[in-house]
Amino acid sequence: MTTDTTMKERMNIVIVGHVDHGKSTLLGRLYADTGTLPIGKLEKIQAICQQQGKEFEYAFLFDAFLEEQQQGITIDTARTFFSWGGRQYIIIDAPGHKEFLKNMVSGAARAEAALLIIDALEGVRDQSKRHGLLLSMLGVKQVTVVVNKMDLVSYREDTFKGIEKEYRDFLNQLNVTPQYVIPASAKLGVNIAQVSPETPWYTGPSVLDSLAHFSLETTLTEKPLRLPIQDVYKFDARRILVGRITAGKLKIGDRLVFSPSNKSANIQTIEAFNIDPPPTQAVAGQSVGITLDEQIFVERGQIAAQETDRPLVSTRIRANLFWLGKRPLEIRRPYSLRMATREVPCEIATIHRIVDANNLNDRQTQSSVQRNEVADITLRTKTPMAFDLYTSFETTGRFVLVDDYDVAGGGIITESVPDEQESFRTEARERDSAWVKGDVGTADRAKQYGHQAAVLLLTGPDTTAKGFLARKLETVLVAEGRHAYLLSPENLQRGLDADLVETKPDEVIRRFGEVIRLLTDTGLLVICTTNAFPQASRHLLPTLQTLVNPIPVITIHMAKDLTGPQPDTDLAFAGPENFDDCTHSLIELLKTRGILGESSRGQGEFQFSI
Amino acid sequence: MKHLRQLEDQSVFILREAYKNFDNLAMLWSMGKDSTVLLWLARKAFFGHVPFPLLHVDTSYKIPAMIEYRDRLAREWRLNLIVGQNKKALAEGMNHTKGRVECCTALKTQGLKQLLEDKGYTGVILGVRSDEDSTRAKERYFSPRDKNNEWDFRDQPPELWDQYKISFPPGTHIRIHPLLDWTEINIWEYIKLENIPFLDNLYLDQGTGKRYRSLGCEPCTFPIESTAKNVDEVIIELRNTKVAERAGRAQDEGRGMEQLRKDGYM
Ligand SMILES: Nc1nc2c(ncn2[C@@H]2O[C@H](COP(=O)(O)OP(=O)(O)OP(=O)(O)O)[C@@H](O)[C@H]2O)c(=O)[nH]1
Ligand SMILES: [Mg+2]
Repeated sequence: MTTDTTMKERMNIVIVGHVDHGKSTLLGRLYADTGTLPIGKLEKIQAICQQQGKEFEYAFLFDAFLEEQQQGITIDTARTFFSWGGRQYIIIDAPGHKEFLKNMVSGAARAEAALLIIDALEGVRDQSKRHGLLLSMLGVKQVTVVVNKMDLVSYREDTFKGIEKEYRDFLNQLNVTPQYVIPASAKLGVNIAQVSPETPWYTGPSVLDSLAHFSLETTLTEKPLRLPIQDVYKFDARRILVGRITAGKLKIGDRLVFSPSNKSANIQTIEAFNIDPPPTQAVAGQSVGITLDEQIFVERGQIAAQETDRPLVSTRIRANLFWLGKRPLEIRRPYSLRMATREVPCEIATIHRIVDANNLNDRQTQSSVQRNEVADITLRTKTPMAFDLYTSFETTGRFVLVDDYDVAGGGIITESVPDEQESFRTEARERDSAWVKGDVGTADRAKQYGHQAAVLLLTGPDTTAKGFLARKLETVLVAEGRHAYLLSPENLQRGLDADLVETKPDEVIRRFGEVIRLLTDTGLLVICTTNAFPQASRHLLPTLQTLVNPIPVITIHMAKDLTGPQPDTDLAFAGPENFDDCTHSLIELLKTRGILGESSRGQGEFQFSI
Repeated sequence: MKHLRQLEDQSVFILREAYKNFDNLAMLWSMGKDSTVLLWLARKAFFGHVPFPLLHVDTSYKIPAMIEYRDRLAREWRLNLIVGQNKKALAEGMNHTKGRVECCTALKTQGLKQLLEDKGYTGVILGVRSDEDSTRAKERYFSPRDKNNEWDFRDQPPELWDQYKISFPPGTHIRIHPLLDWTEINIWEYIKLENIPFLDNLYLDQGTGKRYRSLGCEPCTFPIESTAKNVDEVIIELRNTKVAERAGRAQDEGRGMEQLRKDGYM
């Protein structure tokens, strides 16, 4: 295939800094002085400026909206295309006004490098620092600082040096070293496209030349594999898992482990459209499709990795977070956390401190984080999720929080905080990876049985007929031809648990969980109640979930009445009511969840696929 | 070539996010080079399938060859093609002589709005690119539109890393823009790389010294002077030109495009 190779690389650069410090002007000037504007563009801007009775404004080239031009301010980020020296740049012009920080962040989050502009006359201001701090949180590590409007300080070296020192010291605290600090005048084109005589004391490159010194990330492929699963397709005979590799590489035959399910299988093929011959390997950055040699349970949000280097799993993480929401971030409000392709409900457990962007000091602990603030927090997710620390993996080490309909904040994970399931989770992981399998897979069993394995757990206070419904469920399911089994926890007391002389509730639950895990591995629908665990029932559910993971635990709550707050369960029934109806609703639920196939005994259209 | 694969990987990721998160999704196809590349990228993302309908808002003033090409590809690629038209405005005699912005608003913006309302689409994929005009440069990949289809560019939601806006209040919808990072040259380079069938009779010089650079309605789109007879020559021409792509599109004059796009134009 012959295609043009003159344009080999792409790079995204963002221009940030305090309001009015000359970001848009600098960008406009860069285009004008390199002759890269379309014909008639400058004349068009000239006409607009004249009409508004203003001096010529290079900024209007990108501040396209009438509101922006009237107010002389950038409101939203603009993507501009700039080709130079064999690179295709997208230069993103970000707004500097505090009001539009969310737009600045949206622009900077797409960038690999940044130009940070500081007005020589005004010096380092609030947003100069806040933008610097956010760049480091957004993963933009390469920064060049431009001290602009040098014409307003008569190109004085001492003024420049003062600003340079102040800002270098600030960046230092963030572990960022600027590549260059360039004195310039965007308006007059000094040191923009070429080094100019106005600053004879300056020996570095022009802004234009400094761009070539930003380097492209190349080490990502050398890291351990991370492939967050985006979706599972079954458009034809193939069951294709798709996703974008965020780190490392993969090839046909590689063994993949999926977190947090701990299921594993080998890559059978790498699928692609209109590529001949089909690929045999893929690397970080690519959007891929793979098939596996075994039909294991995989769904969106899981992360595929190699067995030797898996992501962390917990329900608790510590993070540095910046908040952009319309209302403040508050402890114990429900939010949705999205990390790579995973989405889980979460809440903030602790706000440790608020970082003051101006001097990077801590402020007093608070119960909320205001808009545009940065905070150190611990949060708790409803279900366990796989993740990494930001320092080792960028993409799987950061997340956003969604408040209502909007992405309202972003964070980078600094620490995995162990939760009470930690030891059970380790047990399950080690047990699963050492498990000796037969030739019959989960999918084969499900196909034969006409259903997947699941745990049906009945919860609720005494005397709500949990036991009665449990027995009825077993009867009805078996009569329908399903493979269901009622396991009463008491049944373990005289047998498996006979050696437990003292009461050890945790151990009783652990053994119960491991037995259920065995039963579900045979493909059964296991029915049980919390009857035997009056005190420990709060721990029962999470422990069961950890030990049988990824088999679903369906919870059915039996209450005396449905007034007052109810636990968060899959189904809830009030008091002694019509048990036929209860059974019917449950069976319908199992069908909508894809656990029960439409008909029993495997003859139906049931397919083990998600 | 690497830069094209990078663009492809990003667009495919966006398309798959759209497909996963929107139950009622559709893609606009105008048969132009951009939306055809977009359609091709969908076939990439879904391994030869296009699992959502393609919408064509037909103004009735399109160049006839475009319709022929549309129907041929729809057959060959087994597309679910849905054609919408603002019949009422056409019956009342709407055309460009009543004002270009008025005509675009009635036949395209309103035509699209009706189609979206009728079918209740909550996600619409479009092939707009940032380098087309300066309002498109400010678009998000996933951009919310309100009940009246309007774009509130003053208050766009944050878009962080690969996390897009996928939840929205009832009655509103999301415009999805997988091609924002592509330039006009990238589109042609990719057409060549993947050998994508395009409207060569219109986009290439057929011996008249003219070709179309951008396709719209017949009365409002003008060919440019060009002797480019194949894709390579188009790419070389674009590298050396300093004329804006949409210079031949009449509705872009003055602040026409800004107003159109605010009101829901694609
Ligand atoms: N004297 C002088 N004025 C400048 C220079 N650069 C920019 N300006 C002026 O400063 C004002 C603000 O410039 P912009 O480029 O709009 O600033 P900005 O940083 O993009 O502002 P926001 O995007 O709103 O944050 C304009 O009036 C410019 O003409 C310079 O080097 N010297
Ligand atoms: Mg600006």
